[in-house]
Amino acid sequence: MSTVFILADFVNGQASKTTTELATAAARIGEVTAVVLAPVGQGAALAATLTSGPISSILVVENADFQSHGVSASADAVAQLIAQKSPTALLVASHAFGKELAGYVAVKTDSGIITDAVDVASDASATQVIFGGSTTVHSKVSNGITIITVRPNCITADISAHAASVENISLTISDSAKKATVSSSQPPLKGGRPELTEANIVVSGGRGTNGDFAAVEAFADSLGAAVGASRAATDAGWYPHSHQVGQTGKTVSPQLYVACGISGAIQHRAGMQTSKAIVVINKDPEAPIFELADFGVIGDLFAVLPVATEGVNARKS
Amino acid sequence: MRIAVCIKQVPDSWAEKKMVNGALDRENVDAVLNDLDEYAVEEALRIVEAHGGNEDGGAHSVTVISMGPARATDAVRKALSMGANGAILITDPALASADALLTSKVLAHVINSEGFDLVICGTESTDARMSVVPAMIAARLGWAQLTFAGSVDVDPAQSKVSITRVSEAGVDSMSANFPAVISVIEKINEPRYPSFKGIMAAKKKSIESRDLAAIGISAQSAWSQVIDSQLRPPRAAGVKVSDDGSGGEKLVNFLAERKLI
Repeated sequence: MSTVFILADFVNGQASKTTTELATAAARIGEVTAVVLAPVGQGAALAATLTSGPISSILVVENADFQSHGVSASADAVAQLIAQKSPTALLVASHAFGKELAGYVAVKTDSGIITDAVDVASDASATQVIFGGSTTVHSKVSNGITIITVRPNCITADISAHAASVENISLTISDSAKKATVSSSQPPLKGGRPELTEANIVVSGGRGTNGDFAAVEAFADSLGAAVGASRAATDAGWYPHSHQVGQTGKTVSPQLYVACGISGAIQHRAGMQTSKAIVVINKDPEAPIFELADFGVIGDLFAVLPVATEGVNARKS
Repeated sequence: MRIAVCIKQVPDSWAEKKMVNGALDRENVDAVLNDLDEYAVEEALRIVEAHGGNEDGGAHSVTVISMGPARATDAVRKALSMGANGAILITDPALASADALLTSKVLAHVINSEGFDLVICGTESTDARMSVVPAMIAARLGWAQLTFAGSVDVDPAQSKVSITRVSEAGVDSMSANFPAVISVIEKINEPRYPSFKGIMAAKKKSIESRDLAAIGISAQSAWSQVIDSQLRPPRAAGVKVSDDGSGGEKLVNFLAERKLI
């Protein structure tokens, strides 16, 4: 049986839900080997968190260069592992780091790449939703190994436990992949809320908040949701850029997306259109975002959200 | 200091895009300069302006590089009217269905032959949205990769460049010696509108057109193939209520019905 690599993705030192999704998709193609790129001394601890999903083996590479030289150092290591182990495919999470790494590896291994897949089939073909959600495309890599970046939250994860063998590998990162140096790193500011791209529910605010996200945040917290923002809101400095949903921000596919005071410019729709259920609250009955709504409330978010927050909290107790 | 800015002409974000024969139909839509590339052009201009400017014959220059059909001269001309000094447009029928791997190969080849100090790109094009070409160019050239920059500081005397990388992983301070490949996020600056003077000046600037033979590489089929594509059905119309005080409650009922709470 062929081997398929996944690049293990970690959030706060734990294997993320996306890692399990990658393993689930990869297992359709072949036997899954998870690649763990770790700072020196942390490989075993990180690998130990890979407890769910159909992972057969784990390759652990510890190297200080991963932190000090950025994406290219990690990509160089993955390319070297591919040369050593000859997998038929590599699946990576579709975020900025994952996509850049996949692109770098595609060049180094002369392999084709498909980004932002929402599904992966057993023949290693991938499904993408493109042009702001209007078109579904089915494609396949025809040269080298198959490299696919998979959008979080799109694959139903197989969370069953599997026993995986662990192999430690030491590598020397190529000089050409160490030309950029990282002098300091600041993790993103984390509240108690889930990560935006991984969250099952996202509540977003836009221009209609007038900069006051308190009602949006309170509703998000009642649902255990992540908070997103439109480009208008982040451009105005009302909410951090890291929370921007849309073409130039993050693409999310949660079970539920709640758009509050967001008109629904194409820019924004491109980032949330594949959400399973969409709820809209907007004062303007003509706002284009209503075209996407499974449930829409024409009204003031500052009136509607507190009532809804109270309603959700009441049902929990 | 010589800076190259890679730009792409893309269908207007508002245009309806269609697939024809497994590729985006680019001919029947309005085409514009990828708006994320405007930030790259702006940043390059700001860098040279901060270090004495890019007047003709000066020490610093900004060259726009683009790959695309002949009509891509419109996008190139816009970058020139913002203030770039010159442009190279790689246009060849064999590149019509180029994927990111071929695009990066062509761009890297031209960059390498021209000997630039810095290459600046947008983070992605608004049509394909792959966000891989800057990393691919860095990989092909073996240059430092300084991507997703929220700020860029250049020290031409020391041939050194520093950025802050802004991504889902947080904020990283990174630096490298020339040459380096940089991509910039759209929060980095406010791109200027071309002035009348700039538009007039751009008409006199030369756009050097090259085909694959002139670059010295042969065409190559794409590394991946589209099997099929189809329009997605529009979302079924949902329920829309006016808030008369009960909107919040109705919303909660909807969530409960869908078992979302």
